[in-house]
Amino acid sequence: MDGWRSWFCGKLSSWGPPLTPDQLIALSILSPAVGALAIALIGRNNDAGYNPRDIVTVIATLITFGFVVKLAGPVVAGDRPELSLFEVLPGLAIAFKIEPLGMLFALVASGLWIPTSIYSFGYMRGHHERHQTRFFVCFAIAISAALGIAFARNLLTLFLFYELLTFSTYPLVTHAGSGKAVKAGRSYLGILIFTSVSFLLLAIVWTWQTTGTLEFRPGGIVSGHFESSRAILLLALFVFGTGKAALMPFHRWLPAAMVAPTPVSALLHAVAVVKAGVFTVLKIIVYVFGIEFLTDGNYALWLCYVAGFTLIAASLVALTKDNLKARLAYSTISQLSYIVLGAALATKTSIVGGGMHIVMHAAGKITLFFCAGAIMVASHKTEISDMKGIGRQMPFTMFAFFIASLSIIGLPPLGGAWSKWYLILGALDAQQFLMVGVLIVSSLLNIAYLLPIVVNAFFFPTTEVEIGGGIKEAPIACVASLLVTAFSCLILFLYPDFFLNLAQMIGEF
Amino acid sequence: MMEQLPALQVVLPLFSALLCLLIRNKTASRLFAVAVSWGCLAIALILLRTVQETGIISYHFGGWFPPLGIEYRIDLLNAYVLIIVAMISAVVLPFGVGHWGLSIPEGREYLFFCAFLLCISGLLGITITGDAFNVFVFLEITSLSSYALIAMGRNRRALRAAFTYLVMGTVGGTFILIGIGMMYLETGTLNMVDIANRLPLAYGSRTVLVAFAFLTVGVGIKLAVFPLHHWLPNAYSYAPATVSAFLAATATKVSYYVLVRVIFTLFGAAYIFETLRFHVLLIPLSLLAMFIGSTVAIYQTNIKRLLAYSSISQIGYMTLGLSFASINGLTGGLVHLFNHALMKGGLFLVLASVMHSIASNEIDDMRGLGRKMPFTMAAFVLGGLSLIGVPGTVGFISKWYLVVAALEKGWYPIAVLILLSSFLAVIYIWRVVEIFFFREPAAEKSIKEAPLSMLIPTWILIGGTLFFGLQTEWTAGVAGSVANFLLGGLP
Repeated sequence: MDGWRSWFCGKLSSWGPPLTPDQLIALSILSPAVGALAIALIGRNNDAGYNPRDIVTVIATLITFGFVVKLAGPVVAGDRPELSLFEVLPGLAIAFKIEPLGMLFALVASGLWIPTSIYSFGYMRGHHERHQTRFFVCFAIAISAALGIAFARNLLTLFLFYELLTFSTYPLVTHAGSGKAVKAGRSYLGILIFTSVSFLLLAIVWTWQTTGTLEFRPGGIVSGHFESSRAILLLALFVFGTGKAALMPFHRWLPAAMVAPTPVSALLHAVAVVKAGVFTVLKIIVYVFGIEFLTDGNYALWLCYVAGFTLIAASLVALTKDNLKARLAYSTISQLSYIVLGAALATKTSIVGGGMHIVMHAAGKITLFFCAGAIMVASHKTEISDMKGIGRQMPFTMFAFFIASLSIIGLPPLGGAWSKWYLILGALDAQQFLMVGVLIVSSLLNIAYLLPIVVNAFFFPTTEVEIGGGIKEAPIACVASLLVTAFSCLILFLYPDFFLNLAQMIGEF
Repeated sequence: MMEQLPALQVVLPLFSALLCLLIRNKTASRLFAVAVSWGCLAIALILLRTVQETGIISYHFGGWFPPLGIEYRIDLLNAYVLIIVAMISAVVLPFGVGHWGLSIPEGREYLFFCAFLLCISGLLGITITGDAFNVFVFLEITSLSSYALIAMGRNRRALRAAFTYLVMGTVGGTFILIGIGMMYLETGTLNMVDIANRLPLAYGSRTVLVAFAFLTVGVGIKLAVFPLHHWLPNAYSYAPATVSAFLAATATKVSYYVLVRVIFTLFGAAYIFETLRFHVLLIPLSLLAMFIGSTVAIYQTNIKRLLAYSSISQIGYMTLGLSFASINGLTGGLVHLFNHALMKGGLFLVLASVMHSIASNEIDDMRGLGRKMPFTMAAFVLGGLSLIGVPGTVGFISKWYLVVAALEKGWYPIAVLILLSSFLAVIYIWRVVEIFFFREPAAEKSIKEAPLSMLIPTWILIGGTLFFGLQTEWTAGVAGSVANFLLGGLP
């Protein structure tokens, strides 16, 4: 096994042109941004037929992923590539340093950008969306910001890209330009900016003022400077300040953001943006507070309960939603809390579970959103109650939906099983038996809100009289992408080693 | 030549203003004014460099030694403010070269440029001089020329706005004069260095106290400190577009400079903050300004008024920074001078372009303008983000220093309030951004993107808000050394 791994790592880093790691960091963050520029320059006003910007988009996604993968080799091998740009304020630099958790997030975000782009071509055309050039430009900038968050070496850099991500996704949320979209955009921006400026920034400045540093360090930086109630307050400011983690009561922006075109919901509001949130929480708990500091003082116990509550409550709300995207949105809120819970339990195993869940949930949820979008394009249906018997029309889509649902629920042989496994182990390690119960109950709730959709689709007759009948799937670009991501759930169960290895290294800076 | 630069800094625009009257041709006088403003910027840059290299410059006007003669005394603080004034005028004057009309009254162009140059020279004069009475003289030059500039606005209400400003400004100017007189009474000198040396002997006297009160209220009116801000919204909204940009970016900044000078150089921070406990008054007023200014801004229907109220709240940030009387706080206040000049200058220039295109600054008339004038309105969004204080923009840098200063004093509620007030900025900026980008345009009028001669100056300032949001060595770095220099006496 070890021989295989070193061969694999060697392969990862040696392919392609010889570049130093610091160049690679710069290139991987820059290439989506350059891609955005190229799309803006090349994109024509033609939103229906062939458009050269599509090719540019695909090239940008591939190149970006290539750079990130090339960086993965050294990181798995134990290197921590870094790049310092310049000092914004004395002692506060814009700087990047890649550690395993960041690598994991970067791989997920840049990797899933590829199928999402291809999916978008089919979806945006099939749905007759306008302003597609703006859409692809903002999308690319958002990916650039997500990579900046993933690679940030200190809290200032992370915060800079965190806000860039918020603002670059705003035009995507309000893409339709309708009154409803503008209103949703208002709560999107309102909640994310309110939390980040009032809480997160305050926490960052407070940390800086007290400890004199904002660097991420193994073992954290706050121990010795904060204690008891002040430590709890700081943690609360950080966690609630990261509005993108959608912890209740600051979760309303996520369902609101569902007015965005489905590819946005899929990649950004199931993967990049929300994962940037939980990634930030994980990163702060591991590298700013330090696991030992938290467990010694028992400072994160309250967070377990908040996360546990969000987890159950969001699942219950999901049960009541008839709109498919809304149901998936609440499911996302609930699943994000798994990761926050993993962080809050603050054991080695629960952190592994949290890290793994970033990957596993991403693969599963993006597939579910792809399916929701495909249904919308092919049959213009958005409500679950209208989708009876749709499995006969769209067998591939609904099969992928089934696979991804099982992965979200956490059943083998699908990827989601691993992350739940480690999360439950972590809860046992921390002797939080209540949380073990919460995780199990939530899995049951997952079954309750996901599987009926599949059952409805395959085992009930259609409510309407279909003209012609037969198979009527979404455009091939959509179906191909969602099959690939569904398949990846299976692959992730069979070969979790790579990500597991990365997740187990979290904490080694 | 080089040693005469401090005099030239003021004399050049002063005499050029008169030359404008002789030129009379509108294009020639405009180009002449632009050239003069660039010359001023060059002088200011050289002066800053000289101060950084060789220390304080003391220039004796006409060779008369102080206290008999007038001394121009340039340290880091006023070199820094000179740059702000010169930079903004060098960007605002060329704005819209080749286009006439809406922002400049027809037939009176040369008068406009004459008043403009007088205003520049007054502002530079206030900043550069080391003589208290001289401050008053230049203050009057500035005020008189800016009344004239505001009154040139197209709307008839500009006259009323100018008149209100005239009354308020005269009250302010008189208060300052009384304050200076009383200081002269106590110390027998008008030279600032001498006053600073002699005042400590008279700290107990009531005259000094009253002098300080008159000075603060007088400067407070000019600075539009809450609740003395009444004149500002009308003056900014009805002035010609470029005048609003220029005054918003410089006039209040220079008044702030005078306040800093009075507190930190003349009276001494120890006396003001430890004996008089001035911050007990100034902090609540600053916080009120921040919240009331922003809240009122939310409800405006005219975009220029909106920005004017936003200015009142931003002035609150500056005075708040000053009242911390700490290195970080003062750095935050001073760096916000520069930063706010950039963003407000840029934003008002955007409105000048809009005025040029649609002849209105009502928010309702600007519906859907984001599609018609994408580059102009993109500049508005970026300037707005800077007002909010998004990281990567200059607004973030100012806010950072202020919050650090609040936390380091242990004033946690103030830190929270600073951050909450930036959320109000999100509301008033985003409300109009939604209107600019998502509403359908009012009519099928052919609205075109602003010409390059307007876009370039706008984007220089807006680009500056981004550049100096990441590169802070020249802004926060200088402001930091100024704060160190001013607080040398305090621990």
